[in-house]
Order: sequence, then C-alpha cells, then structure tokens
Amino acid sequence: MSNHADPTIPLNMPATPRKVNRWRKWRPYLIIAPAFLLTIGIMYPFLTAVWYSFTNYSLTRPTFEFIAFKNYRIILQDPSFWNAVSVTVRYALGAVAVEMLLGLGIALLLNQEHWLAKALRYVLIFPLMISPVIGTLIWKLMMSPSVGILNYYLSKIGIKDFPWAASQKTAMMSVVLVDVWIFTPFVGLLLLAGLRSLPRAPYEAATLDGGSAWFTFKTLTLPMLMPYMMVCLMFRLIDSLKMFDIIYAMTGGGPGDSLMNFSLQAYFNGFLYLNLAYGLAYMIILWLIVYIISQVLSAYWGKAQKRAVGQ
Amino acid sequence: MKGRRIIGLGLALIMLVLAGCSGSTVTKTDPAKDTKQAPAAAATGEFDWKRESGKSIHVLLNKHPYAEWVIKNLPQFESMTGIKVTYEVIPEQNYFDKVTVSLSSGSGTVDAFMTGAYQVWQYAPPGYMQPLEDFINNKSLTSPDWDFNDFYPNIMGALRWSLKAGEAVGTGHQWAIPMAFETNVLMYRKDLFEKHNIKVPKTMPELYETAKKLNNIDGSGIAGIAVRGSRNWGTIHPGYMTTFANYGAKDFNDKLEFTGGSDKGVAMTDLWAKMIKEAGPKAWSQYTWYEAGSDFGAGKAAMLLDADILGYFQDVEGGSPLAGQNKIAWAPPPVPEGHSGQVGANLWIWSLAMNSKSTKKDATWLFMQWATSKEIDLQGALQAGTVDPARKSVWENADFKKKLATKPGYYETFQTIINGVTIHFTPQPKFFETTTEWAATLQDIVGGKDTKQAMADLTKKINSMMDQAGLKK
Repeated sequence: MSNHADPTIPLNMPATPRKVNRWRKWRPYLIIAPAFLLTIGIMYPFLTAVWYSFTNYSLTRPTFEFIAFKNYRIILQDPSFWNAVSVTVRYALGAVAVEMLLGLGIALLLNQEHWLAKALRYVLIFPLMISPVIGTLIWKLMMSPSVGILNYYLSKIGIKDFPWAASQKTAMMSVVLVDVWIFTPFVGLLLLAGLRSLPRAPYEAATLDGGSAWFTFKTLTLPMLMPYMMVCLMFRLIDSLKMFDIIYAMTGGGPGDSLMNFSLQAYFNGFLYLNLAYGLAYMIILWLIVYIISQVLSAYWGKAQKRAVGQ
Repeated sequence: MKGRRIIGLGLALIMLVLAGCSGSTVTKTDPAKDTKQAPAAAATGEFDWKRESGKSIHVLLNKHPYAEWVIKNLPQFESMTGIKVTYEVIPEQNYFDKVTVSLSSGSGTVDAFMTGAYQVWQYAPPGYMQPLEDFINNKSLTSPDWDFNDFYPNIMGALRWSLKAGEAVGTGHQWAIPMAFETNVLMYRKDLFEKHNIKVPKTMPELYETAKKLNNIDGSGIAGIAVRGSRNWGTIHPGYMTTFANYGAKDFNDKLEFTGGSDKGVAMTDLWAKMIKEAGPKAWSQYTWYEAGSDFGAGKAAMLLDADILGYFQDVEGGSPLAGQNKIAWAPPPVPEGHSGQVGANLWIWSLAMNSKSTKKDATWLFMQWATSKEIDLQGALQAGTVDPARKSVWENADFKKKLATKPGYYETFQTIINGVTIHFTPQPKFFETTTEWAATLQDIVGGKDTKQAMADLTKKINSMMDQAGLKK
C-alpha cells in the first residue's frame, strides 16, 4: 500500500525490497555530490583567505599570529584605501554607464532586418574574443603620445600631444575607454538576444493603434528588456569593481595613485610587498561590497522580471 | 527553508574553523635560530671538484643573458664535478614571485637561486638564505683558484648585511655571490653632440640645460633625455637614486625616519622633474627599463640616464638601429654644482644565493663558485657580453679592454666611479613599499604637484608605514 505514495511505481508492483529503498533514500545526495564538492573547492580557499586576513601572515615571516581585526582597522584608517574606493567606484560607474547606453543603442540598431545589420552582428563580438590584457596592450600602443596612431590623427584636427594614460587627468578615461571597447559587445549581444526574444504581439498592437517609435520603446521595449539589462548590469558592475588586467597592463596603477583600485592594492600588498594578510583584507572588503551590490541588483532583477510579464 | 539556512551556515563555520586549523600548522620555529640544523661547510680534506659527485641540485634562474651563459656552460660543470644540475628559467616579471613561494614554503626543493641585493633585505631576515662565509673560508670546499679578493670589495660588500634595519650594507653575513652588475651612468649620442658642438654635461643643472637644448632639436621630435618613470621601485633605483646620492641626500636617518624631503632631496627632485617635463619622453610615466633603452637605441632620445649595460646592449650587433655605428658614448652621472670628490652611483647586482633549507649545500656551493669563477666571468664578458663583470681580473684583461675600446667612454667612466659604487638605499625590509610610493610621488610631481609639498606628504606616509611595521627607532 505504501507504493501508492510514489507515482513512479506501478500500482500492481509487489512491496519494494529494502535494498532498493536504501538506494532511493541516498539518490538525491549522490546527485548533488559533484556540485557539493565544487562548492567545497570554492569555499575552502575563500574561507582560508578570510582566516588569513585575521592574521599577520606575511611571506617574509616564517610564523604568524592571529591579530583579529587589526588589518581592517589599519586599512580603514589608510588614505590609500579611501583612494582605492574612489578609483574603483569611478571606474565602475563610468565604464558601466557608457557600456549600458552604447550596448543598448547597438542592440537596437542591429535588431533590424537590414543586410548591414545582419553582417555586423558577427563583427560585433570581435573585441570580446581578445583577452583584456592583449586588448589593453594594443590600445596602449595606439595611445602612445609619441608613436601612437590616435595622436597622429588628433594632431590633424588641432589637438596636439594628448597624454592619454600618461597623465593623472586623462588616465581614468583612457582605461575606461579600453574597458568600453572590450565589453560593450557583451552588453550589446545580451540585449540583442533579449530584443529578439521579445513577443511580437504587443508591438503589432501598438503599430495598429498608431504608437510612435519612442512610445513603443518607452512602454514596451524598455520594461520587457529590463530583466536582460539587469543581468548585464550585474555582470558588468561586478566585473568592473574587481578590474585588474586593464589597469595593470596600461599603467600599473599610475600615474601617481590615480588608478590604484582595490584589486591593484591587493596585488601590490600581497605579492610585491609580501604582506599577504593585508592584501587579503583588501580582497575581503571588495568581496563584501560586491556581495551587497549583487544582492540589491538581484532583488531589482526579480522585480523587473515580474514587471516585464505585466505583474 | 530556515533549517537549510542553518545547516548551510553551520557547514560554512565548520569549514572556516578547519581552514584556520590547517593554517596554524605553518612552522612555529624560526629557522634563523634553528640550532638543530647540521653546521654548514663542515667538510674537511683537500679540495676536490668531484667530492659531491652523484648529487643533483635544482637552481632557479631569471631570464637574463647572465643566466643564459651559465646554462650554456653547464655541461662543463657537470663533467667536471659529476653533479647533475636541473634549472628553471623564469621571466623577470614573475621570477621573484616564484622565488618567494619556493623559499617561504621551506621545502628545500630549490638549492640555489639568482637574486638582487634588495631581495636580500626581504629573504634574509626570515632565515630563508644561507650565510656563505663558512663556505668561502673553508679551503676544503673552495677552490684555491676562486680568489675571493679578485672581486671588487664594494660589490661583494653590497651583498653583506647585518640584518639590522637601518644599517648600511657591507657588514654582517655574506648572503650572495655576484654574477655581474650594473652601475648607473649617463649615455649620450656622440654624433649629435659633435654635430651641434655640445659639451658633455657634468652637473645636474648642466644636464637639464643640455636635455632642453637637445629636445626636439632640428624638429626631429627627439626627446632630450630618456629615464624610467613607471609606478615601480625600478624608477627610483637607477638614475634618480644615483643623482640623489651624489647630491649628498639620504633616504633615511639612523632613526629610520624618511629624510628624502630634505632641502637637498627637494632641490634634486625638483630639477629632475623639471627635466622630465621639459625634455623627457611624452609617455614617461609608463616607461620601464625597456622603453627607456629602446627609445635611446631607436634614436628617439638623445641621452639616457640608466644602467651602463642598457646602453651597451643597444650597441651590440642587432641590439638597436644605432648598433655598431660609434654613436653611443658613456660619461659619469651628474653631480650638484660645486661638487668635489668621488662621483658615486647606485647599482644592481645579479647574484647567486643558497637556500638555507637546501639538503645539498656543499654541492650547491661547488656550483655557485664555478658559476662565478674567473674563467666563466672572463669568457662570459668576452663572448656573451655579460657585463659588468664583478672581478678586477676581467677588467684588467687585455682582450676585454680591447672589446670595450669600441664603446667610447665605457671603461673610463667605470674606472672613474667604481670606488663610489654601492647600494645607496638604507636597507630595511619595507624597501619595495617605500620605494614604490616614492615612484608614485615622483609621478605626482611630474604631473604638476609642488615638489616640497609632495615630498612632505611622502615623508608622512613612509614614516607611518615604518611606525606600523615597528621599524621606527
């Protein structure tokens, strides 16, 4: 009689023997075992890092002690930390804002049935295929104030000796430009996929009722596309907050401290100055910031999904 | 739902504790004070290259011409001693990461490694490096031909340190043996100087004026001078520190307080920054050794204030567009006006050191003395351009002198400054931090910040660093 509770077993089967019962009991756990092992593989180094950040572990010292929150206290009082916060936030907001706007524009343009749009869809992903470091080195050469091609063309329109990444005033916009060049295709591609998956019915209705392009965009496209935009925003924001490759390859954090963000501070402290615990404390703080932001954005994403289906 | 959250948190806490427990198994004894280790260099008897035959040692090498010459001659060592040498060559960008991890793991898999003088201040205090004087003085382990006194005493002395932060190099244990080294001098375009009737500058103000004059001379777009400028300790170490020391300025006083913001330091830094702003390369803040050297070799800079060997490598066959055309000349680095007495220079020494955890120290010592022997040094300098050799005998060798005669001013400049060549930095374990911040400050000054204010801010920053590290006396 207990078989009837399990719809996968036919009604006329005899009572199940104990051997099969045990296997069915363990099956769910065996299925999630690989994922569980992976989680341990991720959590173990992370928790080790958290532990080390509460010590004075340094590669130039053979022993280390537990020092509780001392690293964090020192960091929060260090002007370099607050500079890192400013640099990280400015880089992330600058890069993400431009990428979202540009990506949306490109996706809208490529969502047409014109032959050029169809061809350019394939060209769009080229920058994404290059590793960020290689892309940065290419741009570094192009931005070179003495031999770079950008200044060659700028001099023709009257702008002489633009310093690009060699000056504190223009270094930020130079690295943001490289970030935008590499990652706008990511946003564009995701939003293009989103646009192409939107239902046609509301648009046909709007056309019949005589709605303008702007009206269609504002009341139909934008809300329905919002979940995709939230996903892009989450990915790009988290990526930009922890950016290392582009900045390190371009200027190594300089000129001065103008590009010393969290990741670079952690790298310098951990690997050049060999204060591993101090560098890890920087990384833990960054993780905390990214975690909070991703939770907030996730909540908004959920709301946007509900709005997109009209709830 | 709530139950699962509690289980999840519980698991995380357990893993946190486990992770913490595993960390505390790192050795709690200080290797530097470990008296249970067998005394080093206890060997007796006659010296014999084959005394460690059959052993195998592992060496870490930086990707560099000095290392390539040693690797090329390894078969000779292996047949002479019967010791098998395995090695790893790592590009300089990542080289010290590898060395640090190998040494701090305490595993003893690495027997010998290439190092510079500054790294001794990081690796020797925690006991990762083996003091070498017991090996040097043991006649059973050191060949009579090796000749310790053939090395320039200040070069060998730059690798000696007492482990006391703030105490200059030259006393204490011998931590490494020099392979070859670089002094920092002025290199200039002989042809441009002759064409425009320009005198070789001797003082810093003269260098500034000469650089300004040469900058974009004849509309050529050439920079007056190329110097390093990236946000890296390597920007302060060559030309800047050399000139700083010649000005009589000091980086730290004996209380380990930063004194780079003194009047002399500010005066020199101000003139240096002005020179860069008005006659330096346009992308100066991204310039490393590589960009500075290749700009000079490509004819994009009229002068170069950096390692003497950097100009040398531009002048060898295939080194650069200027190679072999007798256009590059060498001169001593600039001094302040009214300076008299010895002109000095900062230096970089690639040297060989021994892992204190090595289990084959005698065999390793045989390798180290062979790699720095008279024959290897001389032939390397003659055939492979492994300059500057650290041995006096090589500089007095007639063939070597003939080879250098093709580099105008190289030999004379070396002889002029050699007695003033040493590490002008004050040894302390936070060297890389303080010097990188110094480079960032220099970038700010070139970017427009007031020199005196910037150096005052740097002083505050470095003093707070030293305070936190418990180093300020």
